[in-house]
Amino acid sequence: MEICREGEALQISGLDPFLAELLRQIPASANTEGAPEAEARLFTEPSIEKEICAEWKSYVEPGLRRLFRNATETVAADLEQLNGNEKSLHNRTLKIPFEHADAWLNALNQARLVIATKYEFSDEELNDHDRSPIGSRRDLGLFQINFYGFLQEFILRETQAA
Amino acid sequence: MSAVSAVQLEHGSTSTVEAPVRETETRSEAELDLPWQVVVHNDPVNLMTYVTMVFQRVFGYPREKAEQHMLEVHQKGRSILWCGVRERAEFYVQQLHGYLLLATLEKVV
Repeated sequence: MEICREGEALQISGLDPFLAELLRQIPASANTEGAPEAEARLFTEPSIEKEICAEWKSYVEPGLRRLFRNATETVAADLEQLNGNEKSLHNRTLKIPFEHADAWLNALNQARLVIATKYEFSDEELNDHDRSPIGSRRDLGLFQINFYGFLQEFILRETQAA
Repeated sequence: MSAVSAVQLEHGSTSTVEAPVRETETRSEAELDLPWQVVVHNDPVNLMTYVTMVFQRVFGYPREKAEQHMLEVHQKGRSILWCGVRERAEFYVQQLHGYLLLATLEKVV
């Protein structure tokens, strides 16, 4: 896999089917449905004061929900470039328009937080970047977090260089 | 002065009226002026570079200052990013939640 900036887009090329599938999983991984702990992590309380929290839920949270949903929808639309069967996913290239960088950063962060909350990874596990091989669904979750983190680092580097 | 006051009417007669009831203010002026602080708490999932970028964007801090706060969050578990009036503090916390950081607003005591 290669990742670079090409003009007004960020380009991920030479994708194998496994990594392409992990990319396609970003919107689904960010979904908190049926995971109340993950939902609570994405929508944390802003204060210990009940009055502030009640106002927040009514007036601020809907806006945050829209923001997060828009980010995952933008990412899902970009990922349509990877639609196809496994064979056709060999050596594919994904182009992310530069103006979608913030949506990608947000959606990747949502996905990382939701996965980490679902599997209750410890600090040690989250800092163990060389862990391998993938032997369980939980291991795959940790790999996803690290892979998505790697993408975030790249997008951050490119946006700051721009 | 008593609760009932004598009032001289136009035709020379007098009458009485109830003095207005004073309501007690439950929050003192000092309490209303109390500053609020924006606190960011540690989250092992958020990348250090990401947190630094968010501090730069939300507060307009230069990279060095943003990194100092990020390291304080990482090492001490929390950092006070800003202090001032409640409305502005709420705005900053809203922005930080938009970036999925763990942030709260607290009264300065």
